[in-house]
Amino acid sequence: MSWFVANNEKPKIPPAKALWAICPKCKSHMPKEEWKKNNSICPKCNYHGRLSARERISQVADEGTFAEVFRDVSYSDHLEFHDASGDYKSKVEATIAKTGERESVVMGTCEIDGHKAMLGVMDFAFMGGSLGTGTGERIARACEQAIAERRPLVIFSASGGARMHEGILSLMQMAKTSAAIGRLKAAGLPYISVCTDPTTGGVSASYAMLGDINVTEPKALIGFAGRRVIENTIHQKLPADFQSAEYLEKHGFIDKIVERKDMKPFLAKMLYFWGF
Amino acid sequence: MENGKCKMKGRSSGTAAKKAAVKLSAMDRVKLARDAKRPHIWDFINAFCSDFEELHGDRLVNDDRGLVAGFGTVGDYRALILGHHKGATVEENMEANFGMVNPDGYRKAMRLAKLAERFHNPIVTFVDTPGAYPGKEAEERGQAEAIAKSLEFFAGLKTPIVVVVTGEGGSGGALAIAVGDRILMMENAVYSVISPEGCAGILWRDGKMAPAAAEALKITADDLKRLGAIDEIVPEPAGGAQKNPKAALASVKKAVLSALKALAGVPADELVEQRYAKLRAYGNFY
Ligand SMILES: [Zn+2]
Repeated sequence: MSWFVANNEKPKIPPAKALWAICPKCKSHMPKEEWKKNNSICPKCNYHGRLSARERISQVADEGTFAEVFRDVSYSDHLEFHDASGDYKSKVEATIAKTGERESVVMGTCEIDGHKAMLGVMDFAFMGGSLGTGTGERIARACEQAIAERRPLVIFSASGGARMHEGILSLMQMAKTSAAIGRLKAAGLPYISVCTDPTTGGVSASYAMLGDINVTEPKALIGFAGRRVIENTIHQKLPADFQSAEYLEKHGFIDKIVERKDMKPFLAKMLYFWGF
Repeated sequence: MENGKCKMKGRSSGTAAKKAAVKLSAMDRVKLARDAKRPHIWDFINAFCSDFEELHGDRLVNDDRGLVAGFGTVGDYRALILGHHKGATVEENMEANFGMVNPDGYRKAMRLAKLAERFHNPIVTFVDTPGAYPGKEAEERGQAEAIAKSLEFFAGLKTPIVVVVTGEGGSGGALAIAVGDRILMMENAVYSVISPEGCAGILWRDGKMAPAAAEALKITADDLKRLGAIDEIVPEPAGGAQKNPKAALASVKKAVLSALKALAGVPADELVEQRYAKLRAYGNFY
């Protein structure tokens, strides 16, 4: 089914209002500068907006401790995929030029308040955070290195799902990453999954929902199928808070909603509880 | 790593059917794969064993009719059979959600697979689904979590798993019961990260471009074999399995039995290592 739809559903900020930020949840307007200064959190409704992978890393890893790994692992155009708007290769190369990243997840070793960890952060700006073969390879390698170095694993997800442009092998990354995480757990190491806005489709249906604990931020969108796909299937209007962080917590699939300012101490505390 | 692959004849779909027919497009295959007259789960079960006992429920909330599970004797093997059930009649279609499984179905599959592991029963799965069910309750009961957990679970299960993609391999809903040691695919089946219609709607902004999307996504058995996503193509009778179901079922059974035989002697720990190596090699271009 078409579970790669979150990308379509995100409210867009009109380009004409380049200086203004509009909160996608409550629609309040504020100068972009104010939005940035508030760490991309809406001052009106507390929606925790998207961060780049690098912004996130700087807020979670102790200063100077993040050492990136697997940067040579990038995308693969094994299908020579092209669609109505052009070819995958050009699109992804443009994304690389724009974001400075070479895949949708940035991986590295670091310390979190002094606790050693393997940290992965997805960047929604990279092809909608989609799960490609490079993404899956980086995550699988991260699990293996974490096992070898006895490091707990923390992944911040932000994704619309699998990357269609890489076809069946992008789907297979769901199985590959899930298997690697299973081995990490079997080796006695913890995995904390942080589902940030949005975490949907094939990423939610693999490593993002496999945390020993799954946490999120206020008002994040988390789900498998897209809202519109579901509404068209069941011919019903869904509640406004459907697939929100709060909704998932209520239904038992999220351990805790953690505010951005509290995330780093929260992660450190859990690692401490488990003896890492 | 590529366990058993050396024994493969390589691309084995050079059947009479293919030679006789004009070359089928990817969308032609999609139509064949979705053909309601194609053998479905109960045809496979009835052709594979005469003593099948269906078992029900996830022990949590529900019995998902979109996924059939039970034990039966297949050749020399006492096996657990799992399979998507699209339904053969309108009533069955409705009851089974056209093979679109809810989280309850995947949890039932895991429950019984755990039992199979305890008693060393190999598992045979039949994959034929448009995708996991996109519903309100499905989301509330954790569709994403159920699929994710299945992937992790089957990857580590200490018993042989033979997967047959028989019709539509629809993305995550298919993959949830398609992690195994030998992945077989019927000649006219398709297996894709997204439906051609869904992909066309997103990337072409026009659902009618589905044939172009089907071509671009590379979803036929030949494509998947070439990409290393499956191990073996099971040839179909001329015109497709629905033209001669009996012959089609017999060749699937033969292929499954030979896969079970090849896996039977492998120690469980080694099996799991080989399975991981297989998963690990998917899309390793780096
Ligand atoms: Zn707001």
